[in-house]
Amino acid sequence: MHETTAYEPVFTGPTLTRLEEVLARYPDRQAGLLPALWMVQEARGWISDDAMAEVARVLGLTPAYVKGVVTFYTMYHQHPVGKYFIQVCTTTPCNICGGEEVVRAFLEHTRCGELGATSADGLYTVIEVECLGACGFATPVMVNDDFIESVTPERVPEVLEKYR
Amino acid sequence: MGYPQKSHPKETVVLSEHFGDPSARTYDGWMKLGGYRALEQALGMEPQAVIDLVKASGLRGRGGAGFPAGVKWDFMPKQKSRPHFLCCNADESEPGTFKDREIMRWTPHALIEGCAIAAHAIRAEKVYIYIRGEFTEPIAVLEQALAEAYAHGVLGRNAMGSGVAIDVHVHRGAGAYICGEETALMNSIEGRRGNPRIRPPFPAARGVFGSPTTINNVETLTSVRHIVLRGADWYKGLSLSNPKSTGTKLMSVCGHVAKPGNYEITMGFPMKSLIYDLCGGMRPGRTLKAVIPGGSSVPMLNREESEACILDYEGCVAAGTMLGSGGMIVFDDSADLVYQMMRIAKFYAHESCAQCTQCREGTAWTVRILQKILAGEGEMSDIDLLLDVGEQMTGKTICVLSDSCAAPVGSAIKKFPEEFEAYIKGARRRAVALV
Repeated sequence: MHETTAYEPVFTGPTLTRLEEVLARYPDRQAGLLPALWMVQEARGWISDDAMAEVARVLGLTPAYVKGVVTFYTMYHQHPVGKYFIQVCTTTPCNICGGEEVVRAFLEHTRCGELGATSADGLYTVIEVECLGACGFATPVMVNDDFIESVTPERVPEVLEKYR
Repeated sequence: MGYPQKSHPKETVVLSEHFGDPSARTYDGWMKLGGYRALEQALGMEPQAVIDLVKASGLRGRGGAGFPAGVKWDFMPKQKSRPHFLCCNADESEPGTFKDREIMRWTPHALIEGCAIAAHAIRAEKVYIYIRGEFTEPIAVLEQALAEAYAHGVLGRNAMGSGVAIDVHVHRGAGAYICGEETALMNSIEGRRGNPRIRPPFPAARGVFGSPTTINNVETLTSVRHIVLRGADWYKGLSLSNPKSTGTKLMSVCGHVAKPGNYEITMGFPMKSLIYDLCGGMRPGRTLKAVIPGGSSVPMLNREESEACILDYEGCVAAGTMLGSGGMIVFDDSADLVYQMMRIAKFYAHESCAQCTQCREGTAWTVRILQKILAGEGEMSDIDLLLDVGEQMTGKTICVLSDSCAAPVGSAIKKFPEEFEAYIKGARRRAVALV
């Protein structure tokens, strides 16, 4: 038998207060779901089934409903990812400006090997992302919340210097 | 365009005047530039007068559909029996489009001002700015500007001392192109999956939280403050010969031009001049092959069509395409259109909410057929199959995501059949797997 550690709730103290402030902006509690999920991801790095159950309890929803919403939106992580989550745009406007070469450079320099995999040191996960909305600054890359414009394969090592 | 390059003399700089100027982001800096004067003026007007002014200006929705903004506002009930809502669509996710991001990054108060004016016009006490989750910097800039606007009494229970209550909040999306569709956007605000809703009921009758709602794009709302300040006639005068398309438009130009970026033009501006004068032409040694002018969802133009295209709503329709969001994707002679159509189809397949069969299956099969052709295993009948699938995807679904996949792919096949045939006849082959 494995011993499982008890789930520690996210919404206590100041985090709960912050959620209640956000909820005041909406006529019902369900509308606080996307903001609440962002707060979980900010605190834990991903959204576990236990966290979904907690969000459901706080907002008066069912865990199944919350999971249905989590799985619709690509930015919510349903599994842990590397310390630095790297998203490289490869949709057409960036694609014709070399977005795929930028992805290859990140995979190589992070030693992630393949898209969606986390590097052995736990530092990096690299994915292709659909249109980041900065097409005039090809290739845009997001590292966690940092938005970096005009990345070329040559610039990749320099970009990664900041994220160790 | 103001950022990162200087404006070109042929641009008409209205919305982009303060792009690149960090002082415009702060409340104090914005006030020095004449900030919130338009809101003050609008709050002194009857809501209907504001609607009539915007109607008279000819302003049309800048998010893609081009619906007259004042007419949309006029759909809202005049007798208020429930709360009214305004949603600002800042979900900018259409490939090729990156104008709203610049508006929000550089002039957040201009957007807040536009939101508040529109809220007054439609008698909404609450505004949600629905912004895509990836726009971390614009979100931070907007949140800061909102905090300042509240602190200075611009927003709140007594906006600018007028007695009118206007609240504006940011609602962050979480990665879903479809949430830029207005009914999906409302579902997302309500804490639901972002599935588009069947209309009717239309949002003005039953929108977010079951209440009358108007949804406007960032650029549309930001344009409103200039109309209030300078009048409908001035705005209508910003048009090169076509009274149905008025004002300025931010064109996002990306792809193979020498200087990609946002350029603000007067409606009716020639695409040829935008590409060759403002954007500095194509990259050295390259020639223009094709343009998708309105974000990736619209039909592609070949070189001759592009160079003859007039950039306004009617001009683009006459050329066989649409102005859409004004996100121009420019391809030079090096572009592999078969591969790029596969990437565009992959985008739509990834972003389909999967409610409608035509879209869920059609986008995915378009990708598979194109990948088969790229792998050198295509047959001539696959071209007809792609066109047939595209036809089944057009005009048959709850929203137009499916149509948006069929339009560029179908037009590329019709205008550049030789590129598809080259793969099928074995003259070209390309590995599809990325790595």
